[in-house]
Amino acid sequence: MPAKKRNSSFFTFINLFPQILQQTLILPALALVLALLISAVLLMITGYDPLTSYSSMWEGVFGSVRVFTEVLLKSTPLILVGTGIAVAFRCGVWNIGGEGQFYAGAVLATWVGVHLSGLPPVLTIAAVFAAGVLGGGFWAVIPGWLKVKLKVNEVVSTIMLNYIMIGLTSFLVTGPMQEAKKLFPQTDEIVQAARLPNILPPTRLNIGFLVAVVTAIIIAIILFRTPLGYAIRTVGQNPETARYAGMKVNQSIIIAMLLSGGAAGLAGAIEVSGLTWRMFATISPGYGFDGIAVALLASNNPLGTILSGFLFGALRASSELMQMNAKIPSVLFKVIQGLTIAFVIAFSLLSRKTADEREAEKSEALTASEI
Amino acid sequence: MEMDKRLQLINISKTFPGGVQANKDVSLDVKRGEIHCLLGENGAGKSTLMSILYGEYHPDSGEIWLNGEKISIPTPKIAIEHGVGMVHQHFMLVPTLSVAENIIMGMKPLASFLWDMKEIEKDIARFAVERGMKINPSALISSLSVGEQQRVEIIKALYRGVDLLILDEPTAVLTPQETHDLFETLHKLAEQDFSIILITHKMNEVMEVADRVSVLRDGRVIGTLPIANVTPAILARMMVGRDVSFNLEKSERAYGEPVLRVQALNLIGDKNRQILKDIALEVCSGEIVGIAGVDGNGQNQLALCITGLMKPTSGHILFDRKEMAGKSPLEFLKTGVGHIPEDRHAMGLVMEDSVADNFMLQRYNDKFFKKLGFLNMTAIMEYAKKLVKFFDVRTNSVKTAAGNLSGGNQQKIIVGREIDRNPKLLVAVQPTRGLDIGATEYIHKQLLQQREKGAALLLISTELEEILALSDRILVMFGGRIVGETSAGRANVDKIGLLMAGMQAEKE
Amino acid sequence: MDFIFSLQLLLQATLRMATPLVLAGIGETFSERAGVINIGLEGYMLIGAFAAYTTVFYTDNLFLAILAAVLVTVLFGIAFAYFTITVKANQIIAGAVLNIIGLGISGYLYRILFAQTLKASAVRTFQQIPIPLLKDIPLLGPTLFDQNILVYSTYLLVPLAAIILYKTSLGLVLRATGEHPHAVESLGIRVIHIRYGAVIFAAMLAGIGGAYLSIAYANQFVENMTAGRGFIALAMVAFGQWNPIYVWLAGLLFGSTFGLQLRLQAGQTAIPYQFLQILPYVVTFIALIISHGRSMQPKAMGIPFEKEGN
Repeated sequence: MPAKKRNSSFFTFINLFPQILQQTLILPALALVLALLISAVLLMITGYDPLTSYSSMWEGVFGSVRVFTEVLLKSTPLILVGTGIAVAFRCGVWNIGGEGQFYAGAVLATWVGVHLSGLPPVLTIAAVFAAGVLGGGFWAVIPGWLKVKLKVNEVVSTIMLNYIMIGLTSFLVTGPMQEAKKLFPQTDEIVQAARLPNILPPTRLNIGFLVAVVTAIIIAIILFRTPLGYAIRTVGQNPETARYAGMKVNQSIIIAMLLSGGAAGLAGAIEVSGLTWRMFATISPGYGFDGIAVALLASNNPLGTILSGFLFGALRASSELMQMNAKIPSVLFKVIQGLTIAFVIAFSLLSRKTADEREAEKSEALTASEI
Repeated sequence: MEMDKRLQLINISKTFPGGVQANKDVSLDVKRGEIHCLLGENGAGKSTLMSILYGEYHPDSGEIWLNGEKISIPTPKIAIEHGVGMVHQHFMLVPTLSVAENIIMGMKPLASFLWDMKEIEKDIARFAVERGMKINPSALISSLSVGEQQRVEIIKALYRGVDLLILDEPTAVLTPQETHDLFETLHKLAEQDFSIILITHKMNEVMEVADRVSVLRDGRVIGTLPIANVTPAILARMMVGRDVSFNLEKSERAYGEPVLRVQALNLIGDKNRQILKDIALEVCSGEIVGIAGVDGNGQNQLALCITGLMKPTSGHILFDRKEMAGKSPLEFLKTGVGHIPEDRHAMGLVMEDSVADNFMLQRYNDKFFKKLGFLNMTAIMEYAKKLVKFFDVRTNSVKTAAGNLSGGNQQKIIVGREIDRNPKLLVAVQPTRGLDIGATEYIHKQLLQQREKGAALLLISTELEEILALSDRILVMFGGRIVGETSAGRANVDKIGLLMAGMQAEKE
Repeated sequence: MDFIFSLQLLLQATLRMATPLVLAGIGETFSERAGVINIGLEGYMLIGAFAAYTTVFYTDNLFLAILAAVLVTVLFGIAFAYFTITVKANQIIAGAVLNIIGLGISGYLYRILFAQTLKASAVRTFQQIPIPLLKDIPLLGPTLFDQNILVYSTYLLVPLAAIILYKTSLGLVLRATGEHPHAVESLGIRVIHIRYGAVIFAAMLAGIGGAYLSIAYANQFVENMTAGRGFIALAMVAFGQWNPIYVWLAGLLFGSTFGLQLRLQAGQTAIPYQFLQILPYVVTFIALIISHGRSMQPKAMGIPFEKEGN
């Protein structure tokens, strides 16, 4: 069988590893290394020593227990938002609205957290979480519904809803939800019972991180091990076939958006009940947008988002530290993030191609031998 | 080199990545003013050969001589410059543009203006009439019938100064009347010294239109003969490599109760177009009802209505006397309707998913595949392995993506899956389209076995041979109606042909 | 009189705010007509804005600045084209990545070159060039003919774009490429080349749109100063049904919401300023809902071109 070898032996080598390992570990790691290399060049051009920069970044992640817990705190919303976006992308819905859904969840959670008193902490926290899920879910179901009912393009609608929600939040914290003292554009603090228990004093680490990890695992199970998840994935891959198989396409899209926005909203609730204890206009430094990168790096696998969420959380946290210590603009992490994703996409497409050709060759050989 | 030879192909070979050898040492020649048919089964290498001639594929070895000159054809652009034009099976026309716009596209340098569309349109109309065709150059492609669109394709090629025209399965989408018109046009063109290569797998067309015929099998030319020297039997033998019997073994059976009963079914589509009109039919258990007709006469929509994928505007779909019209696809599945869809890529398979996932496609919510509400992966794998073996699907493993299998094996997944659900009614639409003879025979046998087991089968196919071979009763659809019914049997072929063309058979 | 003057100010502001939207929107129209959707306009505009500002800062030359904006965004355009057309990556994902990188690189370099060294300062900008006589027409004169050269350029760009699209051989091929790329390829025209061209053209215009923000509308660069304009331009293309003239009108509509926001903020109103801020996005959102269903969206938009065979 004299098939032409068109792809490099590199991807043939990569394809020796099981698909799941390739997608969630090997290719992203390679992509990250390449992105760091290119960013190193950028650092050099702009007059920094990449080695010291990166070692200070390393310090910013693993340097002490305290910085490491800060990384985990930054990873928490990223894991959740990323997991949510992974579900939407798997269903073929381009939910770019993680930021707005995060805000919607945070706002509703804050409102419940401020006003709910007299319940034991477990129930209060549960109510705050539920409010977050509801808020984020609602804000995501709007574009989902518009997509299935009116075929409104969700890319633009979710982005517009981001801006609208951020504006509304800004209005709420200076207006109806502003603190009693009316001093700053922020809400009152949530009640004591609504605050998440700390798990490692004196650091700020709270159970929020664990909730994020567990949520990601649960969503992974839903996606890959339940009939609902199978329907969501099939709808994403081929809606016509999904309909043919008796699946409710529109319903699957709405549920996927509910899960997607719900996860982002939960992230908002955790941010408020775990860290800030109140709501203000700039509560998210862009977690919703980072979540897209988190999902993409993990090939839309919720389990993978635990890793990629941690990675981008580490990048974000350590680049802030780097800015303080070495005066390197922290926004560098955006560059690293973007480059990493770009390489992941390129790698996965190229390696998929090699893998497909190999598979096709084998199957072809089987067919040919029968004649 | 004889001067009356326009084209000569010498020892053309082509192997695709993945190892399929589509053409092996193919040599043939085409004369001026000749209609030359390329006859062969699906997958015999006809289309690949012509794509090489049109610059879409590159041969691994071999020579192309045109008008006594050795040339190479790296792109379609060069092919057109050499006077080689192609009418693809799937039309290469932009529906949102006008006839004239489609015809002149890319003929002028990109930087040139098109202020004079009116002039261009006049010129195109004149040009067409000179070559014996009529067309309205300002009409939108989307408003034309299939036959008219094909005419636009031909004019598009000729307008570029082409003198060797390739037509790829041109009659697949035409009614017999349109086919007749097309052949007349081709004869006129041949008289004007154009050379025509016609790719087909239908022997009667070859007999009707060709001056010479070359038969391809397994990528090789089996022979080139003047039409006077052949008979359909000779051609069939050359095509298949053995004597073909068109008759499948089929037992006589008494039919059971009606399973499906469709009454007064109407479907109205976009722009108030009546797609289905007053459809009434009945399929009994143990019976295969075939629906013959040229593509695009409402058969596909009928299948979609009967499987719940399309909602009829009015009418009844009774399944075991139960009204199903307006119910969801899921409810149709649950009552025991199986469906082999027309296009396995667009519907029927998830190409990126594994063979195993595709086998459980509609049953993802079955108890059988669930444990405590979760998918039972072991059961899914075991089930897939069983079916792969039983239905002879050639694949590495059940985890291979369906998209990596050959067309025949993909179709076996669908057929196997639908049959294993033990449907009371199986709707099979074009079940063997694009498959080789082996796979086709296999699938036909499976369908007959379902009939033995007492299922009701509705077979929709544009291949008359297939309908004739399998059906107990044959309905003919034209223009969204059922225009006639005959019992199976070769004797009725003429009548069916007339009905397919929209001519009412005289009342008996 | 007072009302007329307010209206005039509003219309002037509308035109000014619409210009970057129209520039990016017209480019995107061509790109989508050729079958490539790019949600990364925001990234292009930021890069263009930064490149233009930096160039003026160091050279004090506005035309060099436009040239720089074009060159840099075109480089990114080529990268985007490579990913979406050659590697066949998903266009939405590639666009999202473009946004991330655009935001990152413009922000990083801005902080290094200007913010940290406190060198950031106002730069020379494109000034209004009133056109004699025409500018004296009541209401319309000051609105249309007392603007800077980039605003004027859209007067030329929009009709030109329409003529190219509907009255040239190139336009015909472009429209066909987004509808039925295989038809185009079968005529010997390389779909890939057409798409590369359209994507690069879109990058160029978005880059100029970004430059407009930093050296015509404002006189400095601000991180993330596009504030969603790239996305609004994207919505404009759909709202304008992929027709340059309608896209331009949609641009004016969205420009007017920005203009209104400015005018109302300047005046005394009881409306909370946040509502004015989100006005453009709300209008875009509503426009999106209104324009559903009668879509002329190119059929092959978003789908990578797979050549049959070889």
